[in-house]
Amino acid sequence: MESGKNFIVGIFDDESVLLSAVKKVRGSDVKIHECYTPYPVHGLDDELGYKRSRISIAAFMFGITGTCLAFLMMIYMMGIDWPMIIGGKDHIAIPSFVPVGFEVTVLLAALGMVGTFFVISNLKPYGKPRIYDIRSTDDKHVMAIDLAKNKKSTDELSSILKESGAVEINEKKF
Amino acid sequence: MAEEQFQFTAKAKKRLSILAIVGVVLLILGIFSANSNSHADEASHGEQTEQVAESHGEEAHATEEHAGEEGHGYHWSKRIFANLWINNMYFVGLALLGVFFVAIQYVSQAGWSAALIRIPMSFGNWLPIGGILTLAIFLLGGHDIFHWTHEYLYDVNDPRYDAIIAGKEGYLNTPFFLARMVVYFVVWYLMFRWIQKKSLEEDLNGSSDYYFKLRGISAGFIVFFAVTSSTSAWDWILSIDTHWFSTMFGWYVFASWWVTALAAITLITVILKEQGYLKIVNTGVLHDLGKFVFAFSIFWTYIWFSQFMLIYYSNIPEETVYFIERLSSDHYSIVFFVNLILNFFFPFLVFMPRDSKRHTVFLKIVTIIVLIGHWFDFYLMITPGVLKENGGFGLLEIGMAIIFGVAFLFVALTGLSKKPLIAKNHPMLKEAEHHHVF
Repeated sequence: MESGKNFIVGIFDDESVLLSAVKKVRGSDVKIHECYTPYPVHGLDDELGYKRSRISIAAFMFGITGTCLAFLMMIYMMGIDWPMIIGGKDHIAIPSFVPVGFEVTVLLAALGMVGTFFVISNLKPYGKPRIYDIRSTDDKHVMAIDLAKNKKSTDELSSILKESGAVEINEKKF
Repeated sequence: MAEEQFQFTAKAKKRLSILAIVGVVLLILGIFSANSNSHADEASHGEQTEQVAESHGEEAHATEEHAGEEGHGYHWSKRIFANLWINNMYFVGLALLGVFFVAIQYVSQAGWSAALIRIPMSFGNWLPIGGILTLAIFLLGGHDIFHWTHEYLYDVNDPRYDAIIAGKEGYLNTPFFLARMVVYFVVWYLMFRWIQKKSLEEDLNGSSDYYFKLRGISAGFIVFFAVTSSTSAWDWILSIDTHWFSTMFGWYVFASWWVTALAAITLITVILKEQGYLKIVNTGVLHDLGKFVFAFSIFWTYIWFSQFMLIYYSNIPEETVYFIERLSSDHYSIVFFVNLILNFFFPFLVFMPRDSKRHTVFLKIVTIIVLIGHWFDFYLMITPGVLKENGGFGLLEIGMAIIFGVAFLFVALTGLSKKPLIAKNHPMLKEAEHHHVF
């Protein structure tokens, strides 16, 4: 874990206040680290300027790996390691491998996506997820600003947050 | 709310007419070349008949008699009937599934499609014409297309008696077949008219009562459609290969029709949008249409593969004959794989990335390919059963498909131009306007 990372954490009561606050804070040249909300807030992604997630590319890669692995496995098992005649078909009867190929594709794509998601959101084993404010799982919207990535001082950032409607402003150190 | 009226301009009509003339010219050229081919074949035809006779052993006598009765077994007019039937089935499906799309949207209370609901609705205008064509082609060319219509098959004393087909007589007899055909078309058309009428009344009076009424009618239509889409597929396409049957066939034809209709809706929406209509249809809606085509291309493949896989694996001669007929012929085996490439690999790979479903260029390319691909799907369902080894693909096929396509567009676009393009009092219109897709 990196230590000594300082964050300014603004707490908001209402999603519409949060949305306008995100606009204001970003408008005054402050980089927002991340927002945490108890439920999905429509339009927040756009306001935060997120680029589209690349998880679909990961899914495709995992999927195609699954297809190749399944076909290699079936061809090796049924055609090379222990050739068997089933229903008078060739040893390597491609059409009958398609269902297994499909299933393994789906399996690897799904597991791969979940794994990727866990790793990038720091939910991996022995990873300690940062909790900026526990109330973000209940009724509060949380905006975290990384001090190291912004040139403004703590006071300046606090006043910007206050102006934009934060009900509470904390400092958090990890 | 936005009021829009589609203008079926003289320019568009002129373009379509020119296309129709091109189609007619191609068709005539095609008939001439098919005609000369069939005459050239006549010399070798006697030989062929003998071969068939030998292979059938005890049926030898029957085959000779059969050949004598009809002049000779294959005549180019048979190819015309086969083509009429392919195109007729394709466009009847397009019209029917357009109405089905509307019904699905109402029953599921879909908001996203509210602005473009009039486009699939206009497809239904083809239903009466399709019905008359189906009836006419069956009455004129029934014997050419459907083997089971020959009466001698059911006569125990006739040497050509076919026990298997005779066993199906309870369902597969001409009066019942015609009655079913009439019932399908009459009910489909009346339900379509009813949906259309209520939707237009909603435009004038604007009350949510119409919306709920439409939901009820649509639910009724879907129930009737659920049964008749399968039975009509058995009647009109599966019964061509009378001995063979597949329990997945109804679904298979439905899947093919459904992708075709979705592709046509998408294509027309995109083209109208490019011409400045349908301003409230945003990129999100186009994205969803693209997803629909993508998803149901995969669905079609799933059904296609399930049918193929089960028959391939169980390896029962009565069933495999269907695929052997298609895969062992030089001509059909190419179409067989082209069908799979155009209808699965192409839309699957091109429509996989998000951006390709949001750009009109890709939407147009893929939907046109899918529309052509599913024409080949129907070609592959019908031609081998009707024409056996005499099937071909040439100017005749292209010309006939163009004529049918132009006629369908003419009817659908005329229907579209007579009504407001946007159902302005549709309660979900606001939702469609703000439809947002990630």
